[in-house]
Amino acid sequence: MNWLSNKLSAGPSNESPSWQWFYRLGSPRWFYLRSGQWLPWLSLAALLVLATGLVWGLAFAPEDAKQGNSFRIIYIHVPAAFLAQSGYFIMAIAGAIGLIWKMKISYMVMKAAAPIGALLTFVALFTGAVWGKPTWGAYWVWDARITSMLILLFLYAGVMALQYAYHSVDAASKASAILALVGTVNIPIINKSVDWWYTLHQPATIKLTSAPSMHMDMFMPLLVMIVGFYLFYAVALILHTRNEILRRERKTSWVRELVTAKAGG
Amino acid sequence: MHPLRKQRLQLVILIVVAAALVIGLVVYMLRENGNFFYTPAQIISGEAPQNTFLRAGGMVVDGSVLRSDDSLWVQFKITDGVESLTIEHTGILPDLFAEGEAAIASGKVDENLVLQATQILAKHDEKYTPPEVADAMNAAYKAKQEEKEEKEEKEEQSGSYK
Repeated sequence: MNWLSNKLSAGPSNESPSWQWFYRLGSPRWFYLRSGQWLPWLSLAALLVLATGLVWGLAFAPEDAKQGNSFRIIYIHVPAAFLAQSGYFIMAIAGAIGLIWKMKISYMVMKAAAPIGALLTFVALFTGAVWGKPTWGAYWVWDARITSMLILLFLYAGVMALQYAYHSVDAASKASAILALVGTVNIPIINKSVDWWYTLHQPATIKLTSAPSMHMDMFMPLLVMIVGFYLFYAVALILHTRNEILRRERKTSWVRELVTAKAGG
Repeated sequence: MHPLRKQRLQLVILIVVAAALVIGLVVYMLRENGNFFYTPAQIISGEAPQNTFLRAGGMVVDGSVLRSDDSLWVQFKITDGVESLTIEHTGILPDLFAEGEAAIASGKVDENLVLQATQILAKHDEKYTPPEVADAMNAAYKAKQEEKEEKEEKEEQSGSYK
């Protein structure tokens, strides 16, 4: 790893003005203060959208002709699986930005994204199993889609474990970022698994290139739930990142001031 | 971009490309083993491994399901449009098992080319429709079929006049 760390460390100091905005974004203090202003609005939006989607999907959407009411688990399963995969890209891109630009905040975002993604992946696998038993006749099968999704869970767990495998925060961040980048290859495999192989899992219902193979009355609440999960993900990611900022910057004067102001007020 | 950052960006791209290449080759090697089931055509042509545990998947042929009166024994045929394979199973079938729907049977193919299944799974498609819409669609399909038949009959009749 030495050749890698040598190449990845030693940051330059002078930078052209066109990149200045990027560095301001990377200041933990700036991010902490700004995100504090966004959080109440984002949380409120997430709550409203999720509540709307859930009530709409679970109570008002029509039942499926073949599956009856058991299909309604789609309103949790599909958004969770979506975000588990999008969240992996967010984690890997944050890792790449950390490796290239040495931005402290991006490593914090990467670390924060891992447990959220792991949880969402678990939710997707668990709801799939609950639905699979009555529908397919089995909780679990080793088909390409389900196995590649399990690998995603292990990748998230790997990134989480690597964070604690090193004494130095910098070394842990670099190692996690490299693992996260290597693991991105799994995302297109998950996505395409149902087309590349014969699987028990059905092909995608929602596609970018064509209309969804789902009745509009069922699809609209699903769309609302997906938007709601994205908002929820943003809230969760910001909260976790803020925690990490406070933990890593606890010795800086601005965090000390913040804490004494909170304690005093 | 600063040259050092450019160098690190290239390194990041190299990591991703190398990983994609390695994993891509593994996936390519696994392309057959990655399949969850064989089609009836693959089994009958002998492409699927013989005398071993395997899974077969296809559409349950309409009217092929036979049940025993006094046990959980069931026999049916699945097809991939090319060949069909007879399946025998003793046990409970999943809720979504039906004629005209996809099913996957796991077990061993015996000497009579009958798959003695230990487990039957129902495969669901990616379509979701409310019951009223499904009924309407079925009714429309039936009406169309009848119309077609009538048309054919008429054509036959008019043909006989000529």
